[in-house]
Amino acid sequence: MSSDHIVGIDLGTTNSLVAYMQGDVPAVIPGEDGLNLVPSVVALDENNQMIVGNAARKYLIETSDRAVYSIKRLMGRGMEDIQEELKLFPFRLADDLLSGEVLRIRIGERTYTPPEISALILRQLKRNAERFFGGPVTKAVITVPAYFNDAQRQATKDAGRIAGLDVLRLVNEPTAASLAYGLDRRKNGVVAVYDLGGGTFDISILKLHDGIFEVVATNGDTHLGGDDIDNLLIAIALDDIRGDLGLDVRRNGEAVQRIRKSVIEAKIALSSEPSAKLDVDLPGGKKYQREITREMFEQLIQPVVDRTIGPTKQALKDAGLKPGQVDEVVLVGGSTRIPKVRQLVQELFGRAPHTGMNPDEVVALGAAVQANILGGGSAITKEMLLLDVTPLSLGIEVAGGVTDKIILRNSTIPASATQYYTTQVDGQTSVAIHVLQGERELARDCRSLARFDLKGVPPMVAGMPRIEVRFLIDANGILHVSAREQRSGKEAEIEVQPSYGLTDEQVEHMLLESYDFAEEDFRQRQVIEARREADTILAALSKGKQSPAWQELSSEERAKTEELERALLAAKDGDDYAAIRKAIDALNAGTMHLAELMMDTAVSAALKGKAMDGAEADLPEGEGAQAGHPVAKAEFK
Amino acid sequence: MANADSKSSLIVPGEATERCWSCGTMRAQHFCNSCGKVQPAAPVDYFMFFGFPRKLDLDTAVLEKEFYALSRRLHPDVFAQAESVERAWSLEQSSMLNDAYRTLKDPIKRTEYLLRLEGVELEEQSKQATEKARATGELKKQVVPPDLLEEVFELNMHLEELRGQKELGEDDPALLEEIGKAKLSLEEKFDALFNELKAEWKKWDAAVDSGTEEQLAQIRDQMLDVLNRRNYIRNLVRDVNEALE
Repeated sequence: MSSDHIVGIDLGTTNSLVAYMQGDVPAVIPGEDGLNLVPSVVALDENNQMIVGNAARKYLIETSDRAVYSIKRLMGRGMEDIQEELKLFPFRLADDLLSGEVLRIRIGERTYTPPEISALILRQLKRNAERFFGGPVTKAVITVPAYFNDAQRQATKDAGRIAGLDVLRLVNEPTAASLAYGLDRRKNGVVAVYDLGGGTFDISILKLHDGIFEVVATNGDTHLGGDDIDNLLIAIALDDIRGDLGLDVRRNGEAVQRIRKSVIEAKIALSSEPSAKLDVDLPGGKKYQREITREMFEQLIQPVVDRTIGPTKQALKDAGLKPGQVDEVVLVGGSTRIPKVRQLVQELFGRAPHTGMNPDEVVALGAAVQANILGGGSAITKEMLLLDVTPLSLGIEVAGGVTDKIILRNSTIPASATQYYTTQVDGQTSVAIHVLQGERELARDCRSLARFDLKGVPPMVAGMPRIEVRFLIDANGILHVSAREQRSGKEAEIEVQPSYGLTDEQVEHMLLESYDFAEEDFRQRQVIEARREADTILAALSKGKQSPAWQELSSEERAKTEELERALLAAKDGDDYAAIRKAIDALNAGTMHLAELMMDTAVSAALKGKAMDGAEADLPEGEGAQAGHPVAKAEFK
Repeated sequence: MANADSKSSLIVPGEATERCWSCGTMRAQHFCNSCGKVQPAAPVDYFMFFGFPRKLDLDTAVLEKEFYALSRRLHPDVFAQAESVERAWSLEQSSMLNDAYRTLKDPIKRTEYLLRLEGVELEEQSKQATEKARATGELKKQVVPPDLLEEVFELNMHLEELRGQKELGEDDPALLEEIGKAKLSLEEKFDALFNELKAEWKKWDAAVDSGTEEQLAQIRDQMLDVLNRRNYIRNLVRDVNEALE
């Protein structure tokens, strides 16, 4: 199993990363530019090619209508959820959007759903990993904010599928961080993870117990992060520009993006400097400059930072713990570099937070640890197990528009609940169920997850059918529903209408579409794979040449083998994977006799009682006496 | 939720029951004794799931230890690479494990669960049930425990007065103090009821081993009474808190 790499991916609002387990240590896989962070920015370049990451960033300014950032804010959301977002972010929605439809964002001429845009980022990370490993990567663990609801999780999973990834698990970001934190500290105790990222805030309280990472409570805000701080600064700059320079650049995408870039730089500088300068070139040759002191900055962001207090206190309360009972507080997310944030955390918990981990990378590293666990584990992860919880209560709408909670928040997942339904009218054959997520008493204040129609109920007198509906939240935090009419034993048919999700068919269609775009990817991957196989067989052959069996071949056989070897070397230099494969097969066939001779040597050595170790020294590396063809590709590793 | 009438088909944990789907040897409840493969979830109640007798004075440290040990063997993470049927069973088994643990570790939920298993009908006292009753116009049975009659009557008067004053924007410190005192008294009663419940647990556990059906029935009624009184006080305290807000 070690041959197929399972990677861990942090799909962030601002930056995304891919990591893997390098022996006992999780490590981030850098991109082609050598950088670990891939900015979560997608843009169409001059040639109408989709580009992702650092290369896409310059288009935010140059052609801002052809670039998208912070798409995570729109994952799993509907039109009515994002009115605030639309005021603050330059998302260009498709003109023909219908209410209740999955959002579509315009980039250049085409429109894309948020999962498709996220899939472009995931695909880039996948490519980075494939380049790094020299082979295909098809399985991944992807992290999501702990406070993501069902629709947001489903959208993330869809994005993975569209990118051609088998998403083995969605892991909550703070929980993933705790895995990276706990990996080299075999400590038991209570840990709080305070995760303030680009767009989301999570707080999770965990009990660490002999390798078991048990989340006892989680809370958060999926609309709170560094983006909000940037927007405050941008608003100030726009006001200044209008007041001092008499320019209204609010509708000017390029100017806004220039300002945004400048305020982000200033924000970062203010974490270490007492003051920072904004310096922006505006259209018409004008210049906007101002200084921001740390004091002003801290005053400005106080309301944003304070919004983390409520969720933190609630999580502690739900965990039944006092701040003093928390043994360590781990900081995650770039925004926790801000001194004001650290100060607040210290006040909340009465202790200085642990700052030993890189807050940008720790989530991806933890995802790599979880990927390793799911892959069967290694010595260091063997005893590790993550027990996570559902962040929001699951409910169903009952008479009077009231939410009846059936799985409470902070329940360990997988979790399930069974409800019984009956009919109200004679001969009624279907029952409608409205599933909700949230803590509010009234259904209209909770998040609508889906409306189910239980169909195929056998016609009976009203009140007679007894329909058992089972709600199951799986280890990804995603809901599954099954139903059975108990008197007839008939499985009821469930028609799911996800309130804001893609249907399976849509995901499938997008997957196929992305294959069209990915043909070039695919070809390149084939070449990489074929070259790797060629290297294996060539290495085996050069070992074989050292063995006594080589001398037992006739000189024609030796010459023919070497000719095939040269042919493969030549094919390997080209980028036609079919040609490489053909040369591999030819060399395989041509070395059959050599293989047999080498097997004989090994077997007769064994019969003579010679230690197999010695005999194996005659065989190519990695192959024992049971191998059928020593220079063939290894069937096992 | 396991139902009480499946008693006869209950599976004794730890003992060989059916054949393992994979290797055919007789198996224990969650895993095959021979090959260790996970098995489909058996229709057992939460006590049985952990191999515990249907008793209430449970050592939660032991429960937690068992929960961790079973989690290590049943959690879907352990089966990420297994065949799909095993993955499905692991999901079933571990959701049941989590549901069972969540129910049993909480003393009140544990008692309520046992009573339901024993066929006792519990009245829904949750806030949702109250809201639901309000919304549908149903009359919810709210029998005031006799020993509280006087206290509740007085408290309700005070609360009414407080609401009236609030509407007028008035403030009466003496009234607030009265209500505060009443609340404190209720909270004390609430705590005392928990101790009363624990005493019933001990009686129940002893009766499970050597009691008659009549004795068991009597203890069940006692526990139900304690729970109802406790719920009543909890709702009352909630009303007080809402009025004070």
